[in-house]
Amino acid sequence: MIELRNLCKSFVTADGPVEALRHVNLTINNGDIYGIIGMSGAGKSTLVRCINMLERPTEGEVLLDGRNLGALNKKELQQARRRITMIFQGFNLLMQRTVLQNVMLPLKLSGVDKKEAEKRALELLDVVGLPDKANAYPAQLSGGQQQRVAIARALSTNPDVLLCDEATSALDPKTTHAILELIRDINEKLGITVIVITHQMSVVQEICNRVAILENGEVVEEGTVADVFSNPKADATRNLVYPEMADSAVLADEHGQRVRLIFNGALTAREPLIARMAMDAGVEASILGASTRSVGDRAYGYILLEIMGGPDELAKAVKYLRGHENVTVQVEVDYAVKGGQA
Amino acid sequence: MFTINEKKLAEAWEILRDEVPLALWDTLYVTFAATFLAILIGLPLGMLLVAGEKNGIRPIPSGLMKVINVVINLLRSIPFIILIVLVIPLTRLLVGTSVGTVASIVPLTVAAFPFIARLVEGSLREVNPNIIEAAQSMGFSPLQIMTRVMLPESVPSLINNFTLAITTIMGYTAMSGAIGGGGLGKIAIMIGYNRYNYPVLLMTVILLIVLVQVIQSVGTWLAIKNDRRLKK
Repeated sequence: MIELRNLCKSFVTADGPVEALRHVNLTINNGDIYGIIGMSGAGKSTLVRCINMLERPTEGEVLLDGRNLGALNKKELQQARRRITMIFQGFNLLMQRTVLQNVMLPLKLSGVDKKEAEKRALELLDVVGLPDKANAYPAQLSGGQQQRVAIARALSTNPDVLLCDEATSALDPKTTHAILELIRDINEKLGITVIVITHQMSVVQEICNRVAILENGEVVEEGTVADVFSNPKADATRNLVYPEMADSAVLADEHGQRVRLIFNGALTAREPLIARMAMDAGVEASILGASTRSVGDRAYGYILLEIMGGPDELAKAVKYLRGHENVTVQVEVDYAVKGGQA
Repeated sequence: MFTINEKKLAEAWEILRDEVPLALWDTLYVTFAATFLAILIGLPLGMLLVAGEKNGIRPIPSGLMKVINVVINLLRSIPFIILIVLVIPLTRLLVGTSVGTVASIVPLTVAAFPFIARLVEGSLREVNPNIIEAAQSMGFSPLQIMTRVMLPESVPSLINNFTLAITTIMGYTAMSGAIGGGGLGKIAIMIGYNRYNYPVLLMTVILLIVLVQVIQSVGTWLAIKNDRRLKK
């Protein structure tokens, strides 16, 4: 279990002090695939680097199974870092060493003898699906293959936690998907807790069970992915969950009556709800934006509607829509203004 | 002055036959001995320059860092011909005499190690900082990061820079001919220049050019051969 308690980090820059993290409190349970998401500059990278003390927090504690990492001496910290390994956006493999040597290095440096290290490294290359690339150099591999090597390297010391710092951000969608599958596999089969830092909502949707939304160094929302996605509360979360909203809202009439329909189940999302509303309630609506997606084994989505007519029609529409199960209805008062600015 | 006549050509031939082979050996021996010793001192010093700075992998007190930098810059700014004279006491202490081929290794080493330290510093700074961060995240100690990550990653650049060092030091050996160090430089100065034997001067210069060409070609070839970033 990893607990972040009141974590703060400030940097002194030429323009004065910058608070990169403000009072972050998070608990990451064993077996979680925990997403930390935010726009660039939100403090994600700083946060992940505080977890393994690559950055020393200015205030607060990082507890790994109750042990305060900030209080460890250098030797103990080096030991602890073998339990919390990390993969990166840029893969960061040794370019002058073969794939096998890359995976063996952490083992050899932690005192495992060469034969044993080689055996384990070859096993791991098998796990990540690159058994035939042991003697290749990283430059001869594709990005996805390099990330697989980096994962094998990160797993070599039998860690409890794997930190993924934008690990798929440099990869194409197909490769991203394959790498995420691999990470999920590792989580399930090896029982390794995974912390995923990303700016891509799709990554969180695909593999995370819990998520924290970071904005300006603060956690603005936290919870299970299903909860946060179906009912995003913070503005930052809405912008991340519905990035299309900003564009579509700008197109709409600023004084139009907007209703956001949020689906919490797969079945409703497939019903021709809007068409039925026109027939059953006699209220017409135009669709300003829509997006549906599946999260884990459930489907979620939203439709942003502009209700034609006056307040009466709006009330009728809301009443009609609320009559459906697994549907949340929100009347958007001034979303266009906010969305337009975002 | 630089006339060419039969007498001078005959003298040149004699020198080519009797003295150049030994001189060639002396030049190579002094160059490689001095380079080796300079790397022995300059390599760790260059590592310290990178590891020891404020944001390095193993910071040392900034005052100490400043002193090291000033000393290196100081040694690098003294003209070699003056340095030869300045280190005479050290040369006497180490070799027993301040003249001769072996003695010339001392000033060459003193002149070259700060140069090599700077070259090593440059090579190590080229290592991708993200790779160093990855090594830190895996729990490597500063020494392990230096020896198992930074040095291996900068091998092609180090080979290039050591080649540059060898050719530069070879140029310096010609100057050490002035204080009785043996080698092609001595022949060029003593016979070619002081006795106006143009053929001898030309011959030694051509030999030095060929040596530099060969060493540079071998060095470049080795650097490319050892660079695994290139897709092959």
